[in-house]
Amino acid sequence: MEPDKVRLSNVRYAVGGVEILKGVTTSVDMGEVVSIVGPSGAGKSTLLRTVNRLVEPTSGEIFLDGVATSEMNPLELRRRVGMVFQLPALFGETVADVILYGLRLVGRSTDVRHLLESVGLNPSIAGRDPQSLSVGQQQRVSIARALALEPEVLLMDEPTSALDQAARQRVEDLIEDLNSRLDLTIVVVSHALDQVERVADRVLLLVDGRSEGEWSKEEFFYGKVAKQVRQFIAGEL
Amino acid sequence: MQNLETVTSALLALSLVAGAIGVSRYQRLDLERDITVAVVRSFVQLAAIGYAINFIFGLESLGYVVLLLGVMVAFASWTSASRGEGVPGAFSISLTAIGVAAIITLGVLLALEIVPPTARYLIPLGGMVIGNSMNTASLVLGRIRDDIEAHGLDIEAALALGATSRQAVSPILKTSLQSAMTPLIDSTKTTGIIFLPGAMAGMIIGGADPLEAVRLQIVVLYMLLGSVSMAAILAGLLSYRSFFTSRHQLHLLKKPTRRDKSSFEG
Repeated sequence: MEPDKVRLSNVRYAVGGVEILKGVTTSVDMGEVVSIVGPSGAGKSTLLRTVNRLVEPTSGEIFLDGVATSEMNPLELRRRVGMVFQLPALFGETVADVILYGLRLVGRSTDVRHLLESVGLNPSIAGRDPQSLSVGQQQRVSIARALALEPEVLLMDEPTSALDQAARQRVEDLIEDLNSRLDLTIVVVSHALDQVERVADRVLLLVDGRSEGEWSKEEFFYGKVAKQVRQFIAGEL
Repeated sequence: MQNLETVTSALLALSLVAGAIGVSRYQRLDLERDITVAVVRSFVQLAAIGYAINFIFGLESLGYVVLLLGVMVAFASWTSASRGEGVPGAFSISLTAIGVAAIITLGVLLALEIVPPTARYLIPLGGMVIGNSMNTASLVLGRIRDDIEAHGLDIEAALALGATSRQAVSPILKTSLQSAMTPLIDSTKTTGIIFLPGAMAGMIIGGADPLEAVRLQIVVLYMLLGSVSMAAILAGLLSYRSFFTSRHQLHLLKKPTRRDKSSFEG
């Protein structure tokens, strides 16, 4: 049997005496899109950051293709596990500089125009100042920047929460497209249920640092058991 | 009689400060307390150092000079560390930056026989080196802390792309060092045109030959530029590290800024 793409085993994280993650165990299959939902302060972003070791778990283990990430060089791990944040956080004088940042660190380059096309942007913006773009365009540039390293897993931390409805829609389309076209494994912290319904294969509910359940999208939205949970989430999000 | 004159002139100069306090109170700028504390402290400290220097001159022993400079470095580090509150290990960072800058600068001046190894030279020059290094170290620590807190998301984005902590923080380090060094670099560039620096002004007022005053001032300027650069770079390199783990993870000990809130709360 093929190992899970990502597996978390009893992951805990405490900082300053406060336990933020209280033992999370879950796994993500190859090519799957998993949405993490839960009330604010539940530890969703922290959980996501343990996967690429921006946050070091206090205890527990995370595996990528069956190999413990604690045994890997964190820099190499992060090149294999890309991340997109709530805000674009673009640095560089031109869009091309932004996109090539990660590759240049290891002395490589790539076809920026092709990457821009793949996230639905006009390749002619490669030479523009990233700050002159709309926030929605900037967020797609940040996705292109993560894709430049050809990651096996993409972590997305509320990637649409700062965007307007139209830009949000385009990013969600892009998530679906990347998943189907590149068979990219995606873990996305979502702040809205309609987004979960659009992009996710599976849903993980995190409350107060604990996993309160996992459902397939069908179970979550149309199953009996999950109805109350869904209402709870709708009220909390 | 002369003592009385000194006190009288000091009190007369104080009337300017009183004016400033009056304006501050009238405009509700809340600067009075800080100014008053500064006046009282500077008076007590200058009087004390005056007697201390007088005492050390009388002893003609370099051991006491080194001791006095050591106390100055410790005090400067403490002051600088309080400005850099929130930087993990701020005191030892300041102590290293200021101490190393003072030892190297004064060591070079002595080794090259630019100044003689006497209390008359070492105490005032040491004071200038330590004081200026302290100001710069304070600026660097405060600026790096503020910038890392404000740009936490950019730093994390760079780390997430496989950057080392040094690579991720490099733009911040650069602007922090530049902004901390700018005042001294600018005053060095304009010196002699816009203002006459302290040491030279003092010597000229004291009746020394202006050319001799210039010679000493040039030594002082280069000495300060060298020591301040050293202190700034050391403070910068040591302080950014304290915000990262060896695994290139950013850890902010203080409350995260609003922009970074999501990273640490949920």
